[in-house]
Amino acid sequence: MHETRDSITDIWGDRAPNNGEWQERIDERTIEPPEHWVQSACVLCSNGCGMDIGVKDGKIVGVRGRGIDRVNRGRLGPKGLHGWIANHSPDRLTTPLIRRNGRLEAASWDEAMDLIVERSQTIQQQRTAGAIGFYTSGQLFLEEYYTLGVIGKAGLGTPHMDGNTRLCTATAAAALKATFGSDGQPGSYTDLDTTAAILHIGHNIASQQTVLWARILDRLAGKNPPKLVVIDPRQTYTAKEADVHLAPKVGTNIPVMNGLLNLIIQAGHINPEYIAAHTVGFETLTATVSQWTPERVEQVANVPVRDLQAAAEILGTARSLVSTVLQGVYQSMQATAAACQVNNLHLIRGLIGTPGNGIMQMNGQPTAQNTRESGADGDLPAFRNWDNPDHIADLARLWNVDPMVIPHWSPPTHSMQIWRYAEQGSIELLWISGTNPAVSLPELSRARKILQKEDLFVIVQDAFMTETAELADVVLPAAIWGEKTGCFTNVDRTVHISHQAIDPPGEARADLDIFLDYARRMDFRDRDGAPLIKWHNSEQAFEAWKECTRGRPCDYTGMSYAKLSQGSGIQWPCNEKYPDGASHLYTDSHFNTDYDYCETYGHDLDTGAATTPEEYRADDPKGKAFLKAADYLRPYEEPDAEYPLWLTTGRVVYHFHTRTKTGRSPELNRAAPDAFIQISEPDATQYGIAAGDSIAVTSRRGKIIVPARIGDIIPGVVFIPFHYGYWDNGNRTRAANELTLTEWDPISKQPHFKYAAVKINKVEA
Amino acid sequence: MHIGNYLALIHGSEQQLADALDTIAAHHGDEPDILQTCQLLACWSRQHLELLKPIVDRYSEDKNDEPERLSSTLFDEPRNGSLALLRDLHDLWLLAHEVQLCWTVLIQAAQALRDRELLATCQQCSVDTKRQISWLMTRIKQAAPQALVVAA
Ligand code: SF4
Repeated sequence: MHETRDSITDIWGDRAPNNGEWQERIDERTIEPPEHWVQSACVLCSNGCGMDIGVKDGKIVGVRGRGIDRVNRGRLGPKGLHGWIANHSPDRLTTPLIRRNGRLEAASWDEAMDLIVERSQTIQQQRTAGAIGFYTSGQLFLEEYYTLGVIGKAGLGTPHMDGNTRLCTATAAAALKATFGSDGQPGSYTDLDTTAAILHIGHNIASQQTVLWARILDRLAGKNPPKLVVIDPRQTYTAKEADVHLAPKVGTNIPVMNGLLNLIIQAGHINPEYIAAHTVGFETLTATVSQWTPERVEQVANVPVRDLQAAAEILGTARSLVSTVLQGVYQSMQATAAACQVNNLHLIRGLIGTPGNGIMQMNGQPTAQNTRESGADGDLPAFRNWDNPDHIADLARLWNVDPMVIPHWSPPTHSMQIWRYAEQGSIELLWISGTNPAVSLPELSRARKILQKEDLFVIVQDAFMTETAELADVVLPAAIWGEKTGCFTNVDRTVHISHQAIDPPGEARADLDIFLDYARRMDFRDRDGAPLIKWHNSEQAFEAWKECTRGRPCDYTGMSYAKLSQGSGIQWPCNEKYPDGASHLYTDSHFNTDYDYCETYGHDLDTGAATTPEEYRADDPKGKAFLKAADYLRPYEEPDAEYPLWLTTGRVVYHFHTRTKTGRSPELNRAAPDAFIQISEPDATQYGIAAGDSIAVTSRRGKIIVPARIGDIIPGVVFIPFHYGYWDNGNRTRAANELTLTEWDPISKQPHFKYAAVKINKVEA
Repeated sequence: MHIGNYLALIHGSEQQLADALDTIAAHHGDEPDILQTCQLLACWSRQHLELLKPIVDRYSEDKNDEPERLSSTLFDEPRNGSLALLRDLHDLWLLAHEVQLCWTVLIQAAQALRDRELLATCQQCSVDTKRQISWLMTRIKQAAPQALVVAA
């Protein structure tokens, strides 16, 4: 075995001061010397680190970072260095399974696909395609999502397509759309190399994207370290490095952000020329935030006046600023509204579109950006607007179908509504690919009940027998990363190609091949009677996708498999104007809000009511950004006498999603073997709880039992990681989502995982 | 002068709308967005009733039981299922339009009366009512295809 460092104990590696350009360092871990290396990138978080896969005798024997890659300059974190071992796990699914007499039994591909096609056709005839739904992932490849999107939208014509990206990244998209007119991160990771200040809100970056955090640590170790402001109710690794750490009460992101904006506007730390030339809505924003004096913020959010002022001083005076936002905002009350306030901070200071100034409305999953781009979730391909008939006509031309085939009478159905239709029985076939809702959805007892319904035909396409696959009617064994070729895009718009390094185990097939096979068997046709899907492999799918993006914000037309394979990651837009990709969007401060171009006509931030095309056109912002204001709304469930504590959920550094891969690495698993509940010292004293005690945690929806950890969290709040389900430990109820709420943000429709009222008590051994 | 007549009408309609929103919220607890948004919109309607108080005191409202006639034909039974949800939203939309029309009428009258307070109040409330209507329309459009075409 060879490893350049033990990333389990040394998560971020040695410091190499970053004084404007991040140095290369190749991290590597192999269990045998590879015969050759294959170009790829990591799929265990949204950072998208470039990596090579080491292969020997047809097996993966290790990985190393790609030094030339702009994202990681060769570095890899613990998940990246260890997670690949799952490819060779004996637990891999190797043959299709069909439920017969209540049991999942091995079947041939023909049997499984015939059954799926027969059910699809019968249901479509009896109930229309509106009875068929797809629930995909943030972990497939771009080519697979796009193919799935065309099958659903132009083949079947169902509006019910979404993914688990709804749980992780929907608010990022919604906030970018609301402010700038379309999805797409304005900045670049390289902004971190030079910026004067960094704001992390609801983003425990040190645990979530360890390599990006290493980049920041290297800045902090350099000559001109940036000032760091962290907003998080927990004393995380990230918070411990902060110059100012605000630990607000759960659900109060809006009061805190409004309070910060108010102080910055009051102090005159704004750019009036920029505001006048490039934004709309400043008066309303000022009127709304002016209600949020520091004293009132302290009252509502429990953030001391002095700390808020200190944060506002940094955020208001730094000459450049990078802000990152994640689940602490996206999965909490007023998610989209609060994420928009971070956009507002950059706009009122004019800190956007230039080096050193970036907004990262982060993604959780590695390929979530592609689910959003390609139309496999609740959006249309290439950021088209479902409410704009010209955009629909565009797609219809591209796919050579009647525009009426493409569902666009209302927004594509969001996942929580898809699950609701399945619960009510109007969706009869649900095809789940690459995700594990039986552990990741909120209120798991409800999710399980839906999956077990007699009248719901459930297809699960996965690499492992997940908690969800256990409940399926048909299980399709999928090939994963390393076993197929395709592209994916990270948070800062960097597109990587990942080449096939080894063969999939047994009869497992790439998701792309499964979708293509389905399309063939369903015999989807275009207007002229030719096959609807005109591609047969991933490179052809990529070429088709490029055409779909032509002239749109996420323009891929300048890329090719060859170009992506020659160097390393390339950022979109990549076209004639930007042959090597563009590091920043909006460099001319013209945003994507023009009536004809925008991805959305916008929403009421409190209710989610859609702005109509006529209303939008009447006030066409013509390229100006929206400063959207919102006042505070209280969370719907708050602690009370019976359930006196706030529960918040999140991740740990060693695991990804529901651990289907990371849980199969012995090192990662040893480092974080089980769920736990984190309790503040005062609460632990009050309840007589010591570290390691078994604690029953109960909400109105369920009860779990987990061991206690003490400290690093504010009193009144408890934290439980959401990764842990039942596949490797069915002995006790331990999934955090047994406790969480079925409710969601009115605009992004992202569920509120970050708060619920719970009670705790010690379980006597 | 008949301003009191319309004040009574708006007062009654807004009360009906608030009550109906609460009722629909309670009926559709399994649809969290319906539950929570209807509760939020009901709060807005109740705030309007508060804002109307001083004006009603000034003009003394006339008795007017028309809105009750309207709402008594709506929401007669608790309804379940996706078609029922659509019909409930449909009825809320009708009720909200009744309120909106009252604001329009009162805004016209307030201008003729040069009553700045009445004008400002009606304009402010009318903005909220439009937001209520716009949410109802958004949700109706979303629910209609599944309820009419697909659901059993
Ligand atoms: S930071 Fe993310 S992408 Fe990079 S190695 Fe770690 S898990 Fe993989």
